[in-house]
This record gives sequence, structure tokens and C-alpha cells, in this order.
Amino acid sequence: MMRLERRSHVPLHLAIIAPLAAIFAALLLAAGLIAAADVNPLTAYGEMVNGTFGSRLSIAEMLTRATPLIFTGLAAAVAFRARLWNIGGEGQFFVGALITAWIGHSLGVPGWIGIPILMLAGMAAGAALLAGPAFLRLRFGVDEVVTTLLLNFIVILFVGLMIEGPLRDPLAFGWPSSVPVNGDYRLPDLIPRTRLHIGLLVAIAAASAVWLILARTVFGTETRAAGLNASAAAFAGIALPQTIMGVALLSGALAGLAGSVEVMGVTAGVTTTMSPGFGYAGIVVAMLAALHPAGVVAAAVFVATVFVGADAMSRATGVPSFIADVIVALCLLTMIVALLFTTYRVRR
Amino acid sequence: MTKVLELNGITKRFGTLTANDDVTLTLEDGEILALLGENGAGKTTLMNILFGHYAADKGSVRVFGKELPPGLPRAAIEVGVGMVHQHFTLAGNLTVLENVMLGSEPLTRTRSARGEARKKLLQISERFGLPVNPEAKVRTLSVGERQRVEILKALYRDARILILDEPTAVLARPEAMRLFETLRDMTKEGLSLIFISHKLHEVMAASDRVAVLRGGRIVAERKTPETTPEELAELMVGRKVERPVRQDHEIGAPVLIAKDVSVEEDGDLRLDDVSFAVHAGEILGIVGVSGNGQSSFGALLSGLAHPSAGQLTLLNEDISHLGPRGMIHAGAGRVPEDRHAEGVVGELSLWENAVLERLRTPEFSHRGFVRQRAARDYTAGLIERFDIRGASPDTRTRLLSGGNMQKLILGRVLTNGPRFVLANQPTRGLDEGAIASVHAELLAARAEGAAILLISEELEEAVALSDRIQAIVKGRLSESISADEADPQRLGLMMAGVWKENDDAA
Repeated sequence: MMRLERRSHVPLHLAIIAPLAAIFAALLLAAGLIAAADVNPLTAYGEMVNGTFGSRLSIAEMLTRATPLIFTGLAAAVAFRARLWNIGGEGQFFVGALITAWIGHSLGVPGWIGIPILMLAGMAAGAALLAGPAFLRLRFGVDEVVTTLLLNFIVILFVGLMIEGPLRDPLAFGWPSSVPVNGDYRLPDLIPRTRLHIGLLVAIAAASAVWLILARTVFGTETRAAGLNASAAAFAGIALPQTIMGVALLSGALAGLAGSVEVMGVTAGVTTTMSPGFGYAGIVVAMLAALHPAGVVAAAVFVATVFVGADAMSRATGVPSFIADVIVALCLLTMIVALLFTTYRVRR
Repeated sequence: MTKVLELNGITKRFGTLTANDDVTLTLEDGEILALLGENGAGKTTLMNILFGHYAADKGSVRVFGKELPPGLPRAAIEVGVGMVHQHFTLAGNLTVLENVMLGSEPLTRTRSARGEARKKLLQISERFGLPVNPEAKVRTLSVGERQRVEILKALYRDARILILDEPTAVLARPEAMRLFETLRDMTKEGLSLIFISHKLHEVMAASDRVAVLRGGRIVAERKTPETTPEELAELMVGRKVERPVRQDHEIGAPVLIAKDVSVEEDGDLRLDDVSFAVHAGEILGIVGVSGNGQSSFGALLSGLAHPSAGQLTLLNEDISHLGPRGMIHAGAGRVPEDRHAEGVVGELSLWENAVLERLRTPEFSHRGFVRQRAARDYTAGLIERFDIRGASPDTRTRLLSGGNMQKLILGRVLTNGPRFVLANQPTRGLDEGAIASVHAELLAARAEGAAILLISEELEEAVALSDRIQAIVKGRLSESISADEADPQRLGLMMAGVWKENDDAA
């Protein structure tokens, strides 16, 4: 009979192997689907890697995609550590984006001050959106998985309403887009003649800041304690409601910042199709990273590779690029299984 | 007498740890064998091997002369071995009958044979003197009744050898004594029993023979009438262990005073107009059958529950509405009832747990950042001073044994120089060596003038440590008696609600 036995500690090599094994397993499973489309999976994956790392331009494109994923991955990691199940990254991304475009369209201050203001506005919007579900959970015990998930759809419909109505860009020739941010508030390019902008540096800085907060501060320690054993944390005098609310504000702010940076760095205006699911993919990123901020950066690069590579693969082989979503979703499942094997060992 | 069960040279290793080392043990027909040993001596592993939950690395298990295939619980059940686990494995939303039937019917059967099953259950229940109502939902039963269902479950599967893992861990004293009487009667019906325990008085009261396990080996076997608790204690621990003795000394002024305190939880009155005082240098013992308001008492004095009426003062400061941090700041130290659930966060390191209560004090943080070096140094000091074994400040706390975990909790409480200490079930589940050191620490704190309130379900412990004792019954406190007056009979009456001035005494 097989049984699972808890490991006394997770060795470092396992912590690193687990996500790699999960990714490998997900690619293996997806290979079945690619083969079913009459394409050699090895050819397809070759095209994928080539499409991402084949040129300076494609690498820059991959990093451009990784930028919002780092933010949404951090948002999920911060929340999940405290057992606050924020599935609403997508909605928080969009409110951050919308408020940035709206304020950024008519703000009359120079760029060096306007950009930080817009970032803060995006963060505030994301934080405010998660504060509601967090409050409902703390006050009435309403399951935040349901509330945050459903808010995503409400927010996206709201965005649709705004860009067809009050925030419609009259110069977009009927294409549903919001007004763009003022040119002064476009983020400078990191590599000239690519879409890659300095938002990537902001994202990496955010990852470092989150690491510092979680590992070194009183708030971070209390967050971890509350997430791991709420009743022991309460006994020790940690104020659980304030801690959970603090986590919610931080998590929502990070996801809102993702939207803000994406608008200022890439799209200028908001469209309902600007996110290929950055909020949801952030959950996968956080899980692949085992909720560690440094891991989030690496996992975001991987997921961005799949997204960008899948387009190239699709062009070369005819496999629909939706395979990217399949691979990312499979990664979540395989990673959850892999985490089981890092926490427990199998015995006979 | 015939041997119904033989364990031969059982060895089991987990990684580097040898849980069982060449254990050989037999059980005679109709006998009650006690398997005595401290936590971690390998008792539970041995029984899991016998029952087929684990496969032994070496050795064999023979039941009624037939060798059992290793690692197959079903094989053990089929030859008539039944196991009653320490933590019950019952489904609360099902009835007694359904729980008993669960797993004994093939899945492929379309109609379950409730009628027959019910008849068989009632038969067994009568034959072994284990009365139950088959249609009662398990959720509504008391712990004692639930245990009865567990035993019936094993008997229903025609067990002739019954293994009970720490059967009294969840029972109050009278319930435990009743259980042992029942077990004794069951042997007359042809059952043979092994029960696992680390409590000496139980072993002395209930067994025919004792096997003592230490460090994975059988170190001694004795016929129960031919041994003494002292001898068993020494065999179990491997050295002479004596619990420290309370010395008489001057009792100081009142430190913690509760005046007409009531506590309500979810609209129910859990503490009913309770008044008491704990003085400097005094241990006040609160005894009682579990479930009479002890947990509300603990919550009140930890800062997690607040009086709905009355007042709680500590050193003349009103602490009625202070939370845990406020209580600690006011000079209270708190040892929680359940160290795993409330005492520590198992996944955090020792140092994080050591400073968790005082994370926001300048000693351990500065401008919102944790002073890790100070915290680690402090924890290293605790490890040294309180003899916490096998750990460094960065060890994950869940890896500590129960005794060492309790020392960590006591350490973080006592090094803070508390004027009042709440010790809620401080030795529950600990082995003899750890109990002695916890007692020594509490008495040392008393000698230094701390006022200590001890909540305990172990009468020996309460009598040995306390200067005064009060009983808690249905949320009300009895009169206080001095430790010298506390004979078992008087305490028994008090715990049953019979004391002077108790108008609604039965």
C-alpha cells in the first residue's frame, strides 16, 4: 500500500526540481494535443523556443509580456501566503488600467511626477477593488474565491461600458478603446525600437520589495503566521482582520499596478482584449514560484515564453495558439501535484 | 494459556530513526497487555505494523498461529485483529449503525442489509456490555460514547484481538475507569487486548501484564501485580524521575482578581458569575471534568474572550477588555491549552515563534523591521536555559517533540518576567520526563513570586502543584480549598457540583 509521509523539511534541490518537473509534465501532456493536430510536438516546441529566443525583438517581446505577469504573480503570491484566495487579479488589473488611462488622459503635470501619480492611482484602484471582498469575508464570512472571481466579469463589462461610452476614444475609428494616456506618461523604452519598457525594472523592484516585506518586516512575519496557523497567530496577539486587510490592499495594489504599467508602457488606451488573462496566469505564476517573490520573476518569464512562443508556433505549424492557455493551465495542475511530492514523500 | 498473537523480531526504520528494534512480544488468550512507553518510544509504530498499516523491515507477525502478510490491514481484520485509534475515525453526520457498517459491506452491493446489521450490532452491544443507540447521529454523542462506537466497530468485524491506542487520552477520569471495567468484562467474553499508554496509574489499574518500550526496544516485561508504579516509571524513562515537590512559602498580595465575571459565547453563558483571586507566589488549581467551561476560562485569561459582566484586574489595572498583546504588556504570561493549535505556528522557525507575542516591542523590531539577530540570540538563550533538545533557532517548530515545544512556550512566557501566569493543561500529552521539567519551571516561577493559575484535568498534578484548588462545574467555580484538604473524595464531590453555598447542588 502506498502512503504519504510528511517530510521533515523540503530540501532545496527538490524545491527547484518541483516546478521544472511540473513544467515538463505539462509540456508532455500538451504534446498529446499537438500530436492530435497532426504536428510533431518536438517541431512545435522547437518553433516555440525559436519564436521566443530567436531574435532580440522576440526576447524583448517576451519580457514585455512577463512584466504584467510579475505583478499579478506577486499579487497572487502575497495573498495566497496569508490564505486570502484572491482570484480577482484580472479585475484588479483592469481597474488599474482604466483609472490610469482616464486620469492620464487629462492630467496636466510633467511626466516625472505624473507617472508615479498614475502608478499610485492604479494601485489604489486595485486595492480598493479587493478591499470589498476582503471586508465581506472578515465581516460576514463570505467566500472571497466567489466574490473576487465574479468581480472579474463585472469589471470587464464595466470597462466595456466605459470605453463604449464616457471614455471612448473618438480617434480610434470605432475600434472600442478608451482614450489614451497623455504622451508624457508613456514609459520610456528599455531597449530602443522594441515594445520593452522600463516597467520591467519596476516589476523587478516590486518583487524585491515584496520579498523584503514578507521576509523582514513585522507585517510580513505576522502575515505568514496568520496564513499558516490563524488561531496561534490570534493567541499571540496578531490582529487577524487588520493583517488580512493589509494583505488584501497589498495584493490588490500589485495587480492594479500591473494594469497601470501595461497602459503606460504598451497600450496607451484600454481595450477589453488588452489582457490575455494576465490576472489568471498570475495565479499559475505564483504557484510555479511556490509563492516566493524571486521565483515569481522566473515563473513569469516562463509563462511569457509560452504565450509569445505559442504565436510563433501557430504561424509555423498551424496549431492554434490557444495551446498556450492549455499549457499554462496544465502547469497549474501539475505544479499542485508536484507540491504534494515536495511536502510529502511516498512510502510503501 | 495459548498464545493468540506473536510478534517476532520486528524492526522498523524511518530514515535514520529506528522506531522499532528487534521487538518480540506475545499476547495470551484472554489477557490485557499494557504497552507502556514515553512518546516516541515506538508504541504506535509497533501497533501499526501489527495492524498492517506499516510493513516491518524485519520480523514477522503471527495471529492464532498464522503468519500475516505485511502491510495489509485487511488481512489483519480478517483474522480478527481490531484497532481503536487514539483519534476517532467516525463520520459525525452518520448514525452509529452507519458508522459501524461503513467499510464492511462490498461496494457492489445494491441494497445494504441494515436490518441484519442492526441486529448484529445490538447483539454485540449486549454481549460486551457496550450500550448504544444505533440510530443516534455520532455528532450528538459524547467522547466516551464515541469511543464505545469505535470499539463496537472493531467487534462488529469479529475482532478477537483488540488494540487500543491511548484509549483514555480524550476521557475524563471516571469515564476512563468505566472503560477499563468494560475492557475487563470483555476479556471474559474471549477477547484479548493490548492497550497503549504512557499513564502509569492506568497501567497499574487495568492490565494483567506490562511490556515497557523505550527507544524502540522492549526493555522489560512484568506481571502487573508484581511491579510498582515507581519501577515502571524508572523502566520507561530509563532513569529515576521524580516530580518536583512544592515547598511551603509566604503567599503575597493578590495579583489577579476576578470579580463576578461572566463570559458569554454565541449567546451561551460559559462562565457564570465567577470570582477568584490569585496571589503572588501562589498556584491556584482549577480542576473539573472537561467541557465545564475550562476553555472559556482559558480564553478569558488569554485575552481572547471578554467578560460580559464583572471585572478582571491585574495589579489593580482593569484588564477586562484587553487583547492578548495588552494582557502581555500588563504583565500576564499565557500557556495555551493546545500547543499545536494555539501555542506555536508549526511551519515557522523556533525564533519566529519565540518572539511572535512580542514582535511589535522595541526589543524585537525597529521601524517595522524584525530584529532578527536579537530574536535569534534570545531564542538561543531559551534553548539553553530551558533545555530544548535537538533544535537551533532556525529549526522548524513542528519538528519539536511535545515536551520540547512546551518548554519553548513556557520559556517565552517565563523569560518575560510575568506577574501572572495562566498555565492551561500544561502537561497534557507529555511524557514523564517532560512533565517533571514543566512542573519544576512552574514551581520556580512561583518561588519568584509569580501568581499562577493552573487549569488541569490531572488531579495528581493539580494537588501536587497547587496551594489552593477550586473546581469548575457548568461554568461556576466552587469554594476554594487548600491543597492539604484536597483528598480525592472531596475533590470528586466538588467536581460533581457539591460544595457549601451551592444552592443548585444535586
